[in-house]
Amino acid sequence: MLETSKANGQNIIGSVRLVHENGMHARPAVKLTKLAKRFKAHISVRASNSVDWINAKSVAKVMALRAARDSILEIKATGEDAEAAVKALMDLVAADFPDSGP
Amino acid sequence: MRAEVAQLAYRGRTASAGFAYGPFVRLDATTNGKRTTGTVQEETAAIRAALETAERQLAALANAAGGEAAEILEFQIALLTDEDFLEPIFAAIEAERPADIAWSAALELQIEDYNSTPDEYLRARSSDLADLRDRVLLTLKGGESTAPDLPSGAVVCADDLPPSRFLEIDWSEGGGLALQRGSATSHVALLARARGIPMIVQLGSVAGGARTAILDGERGSLELDPGPQQIDSFERRRDAHRKSRAAAHAILRAPAASFDGEKIRLMINIQRVEDLNHGNAQFADGVGLMRTEFLLGGQLDLPSEETQYAAYLAVLRWAGDRPVTIRTFDAGGDKPVPGFTESGEANPFLGVRGLRLCLARPEIFIVQLRALARAAMHGNLKVMFPMVTTPDELEAGRKLLRKAVADLQADGVAARSPDLGIMVEVPAAALTVDRFNASFFSIGSNDLTQYVMASDRSNGKLGKLSDPLNPAVIELIRRTVQYGGRSGLSVSLCGDMAGDPHCLPALLSCGLRELSVNPSALAEVKQTIATFSGEAGRE
Repeated sequence: MLETSKANGQNIIGSVRLVHENGMHARPAVKLTKLAKRFKAHISVRASNSVDWINAKSVAKVMALRAARDSILEIKATGEDAEAAVKALMDLVAADFPDSGP
Repeated sequence: MRAEVAQLAYRGRTASAGFAYGPFVRLDATTNGKRTTGTVQEETAAIRAALETAERQLAALANAAGGEAAEILEFQIALLTDEDFLEPIFAAIEAERPADIAWSAALELQIEDYNSTPDEYLRARSSDLADLRDRVLLTLKGGESTAPDLPSGAVVCADDLPPSRFLEIDWSEGGGLALQRGSATSHVALLARARGIPMIVQLGSVAGGARTAILDGERGSLELDPGPQQIDSFERRRDAHRKSRAAAHAILRAPAASFDGEKIRLMINIQRVEDLNHGNAQFADGVGLMRTEFLLGGQLDLPSEETQYAAYLAVLRWAGDRPVTIRTFDAGGDKPVPGFTESGEANPFLGVRGLRLCLARPEIFIVQLRALARAAMHGNLKVMFPMVTTPDELEAGRKLLRKAVADLQADGVAARSPDLGIMVEVPAAALTVDRFNASFFSIGSNDLTQYVMASDRSNGKLGKLSDPLNPAVIELIRRTVQYGGRSGLSVSLCGDMAGDPHCLPALLSCGLRELSVNPSALAEVKQTIATFSGEAGRE
């Protein structure tokens, strides 16, 4: 499910299903944070069943999400390249963290 | 007269199969040096320098290793550059904590957090964190983390070995790894399997000082300073294993085994989800027995519905259309669980165990039944109860299952009742199978033998009596299979005898056509059946 919506003016929010068989474990978490760090935007992420947003650029925090396979990840960004960041991260998750990723 | 030096042999668990014979080398961690604490500025500079050194070392290792190994190290590198993670460490140093203590405390917190999850994958990752902790500590304490200089083809022994240390060793000439602790699901085990390096874990305390060692990944054994006879025997085992493995592998890829023209369904027993990673698991016709006791292991709290659901779902997803039989908690007996099983029973094998215990603790059982009823929506799930003695126990369990399904559906959660069957392992049940309203039967030959022969299987002195081929045991198996044939209900056998080539002829002539064995026995069982079936077996 790829959908981007502009909410609250500057926030860009998207949601995507985590299809990785092990859930958000070391390899996907490293890929996600590496990609997030390429953007200037402040990016946060949460698993759909939790309330707190965490920093998408912190591998320790992303691992601590304990997001299981099939959970829905919400990605939120603010800043100049926010829209591109959310799009890129959603693509990465939806494509199941490919090796020659974006 | 000089005392004869005892030849030392150890047993452990195989984490990576294979054989090695070579010089014996001990590697022990050296992070207990002392350091003097400096000013806040000096401590901050020290930790920054140590983090940079660690990052540089890990990046160099990752570059050299590539592939899967690089990905494992990337996680450590990512932590070293994670501002959210480092911030509290710098804050602690600002508050005048020594750099090494601040660093260790932060890592310990993470390690503890990983160890407290029911997720075995995450628990195994805690050794990566310990690896990182030790690398930075070593630098802080002025030590040099350099590649150990080992003779080629060495059998390396350590307490545990972190992935980065494994990668520092030159394995190009072969060798093997013997760990006193360690885990078969650790990153090191993954790396050892990928490189074909035999590895044995959980050997317990291994003596130092030996010059050579034999590592046998088939037996899970380590022998120190072997004599000529031991070496000769080892070489024969190694060569025989290589030959039979080549033959068995060809058989595995062949279509389903058959006997007398009838197809034999070969399923696998699994202890935990990770067992599906066994190279041969994919060749099975399904999962004949998934034990669920691992969910109860080592936790303060009993597993939640979500934790259980995730585990069951993972197995069903793996299986696709193939059937998956999940056995409800079989705790008690020789498997005590704090907060669940009864304590102080004079005779736990004849006590409140298996389904008896679950019925006595419905508040725990219902959580498992709810998770199973939800998982049943996603595959070919069958559920079976262990240690069933009388038909009313089965009905009491069924009633709870129906309640679980009704409650879930009332809350709008998708759920259904899976096929419900029983383990046939209590003689009373085996003698009266026709009185049970079960959809299928699975013979638990280990307990059945123990109860029929009145012989504790863990008591070595009763070895001869604990014989699953005793006519009394075989007779009960035959009657159960015959009842299955008459009633059109499936009967399988999931005990150790299904994987034992010596027992297979008796089982097949009882009429059994469904067997469930450990993934590692799959090839040999298929090969054995093919030998028996001969011409008559060709379809």
